[in-house]
Amino acid sequence: MKTNIKRQSETLVASDSGKLEKKNKMKGKTKLFLMLSGAVIGFLNGFFGGGGGMVCVPILEKVLHLDNKKAHATAIAVIFPLSLVSAFIYVFNGYVKSFPLLTVGLGVVAGGILGSFALKFLPPKAIRIIFAIIMFAGGIKLIL
Amino acid sequence: MTIFLYIIFGIIAGVFGGLGMGGGTLLIPLLTIFLNLDQKLCQGINLISFLVMALFSLLIHYKNNYIETKNIYLIILSGLVFSGLGALLANFIPSNALRMAFGVFLCVLSIFEVGKAFKKN
Repeated sequence: MKTNIKRQSETLVASDSGKLEKKNKMKGKTKLFLMLSGAVIGFLNGFFGGGGGMVCVPILEKVLHLDNKKAHATAIAVIFPLSLVSAFIYVFNGYVKSFPLLTVGLGVVAGGILGSFALKFLPPKAIRIIFAIIMFAGGIKLIL
Repeated sequence: MTIFLYIIFGIIAGVFGGLGMGGGTLLIPLLTIFLNLDQKLCQGINLISFLVMALFSLLIHYKNNYIETKNIYLIILSGLVFSGLGALLANFIPSNALRMAFGVFLCVLSIFEVGKAFKKN
């Protein structure tokens, strides 16, 4: 029993110091890469009025080593302030109409709350691939 | 009838938005393709509805401990500047051209998504 506890504390210490090293290892290059990604994400999100989050998720996973669910949730936190800036400019330039905004917005908020609770059961791969195929079809339709 | 479509499209996109899976990449094409709305109008609508939705979504994700704020300020800082620039630039691009560019963006994103899904196997 005693040795068990000792082992546990040893592994705890080991993992803590490992974490610390990882934290301090955030190099200038990584920081620069994050800032460059921010520029791309921000530009796309402002220019296309959305979609920045989809570019943000893989960066959070690969560079900041967030797990899949955290990356998806955190992407929303990253995109929020960026969308605030671009939304302000879209409103200023008159790209808003009250009727579609209110009805669509109502749906989005309702769906968003559902989706947020559903993150615990993040959609399996099959759904993601179907989603991507629909997106591809939509993209082709928009180009033609 | 259109009212229902607006709400239903909103709900579908909202679910994916709340999951952090690209609500806007779904909402904008739904509105432009099926309801013939102007591309830039849809982009504006998407941004504002996302902001309201995100307030609720972030609260739920925060409570579930899914939000990791460490180091994200680096992405946000440059992102703030460029999201302003992107939005300003969009104002000068005709909606039709923007619509096509958005189509290309969707195709590229979807190819990456499929690639990512297969890579993890």
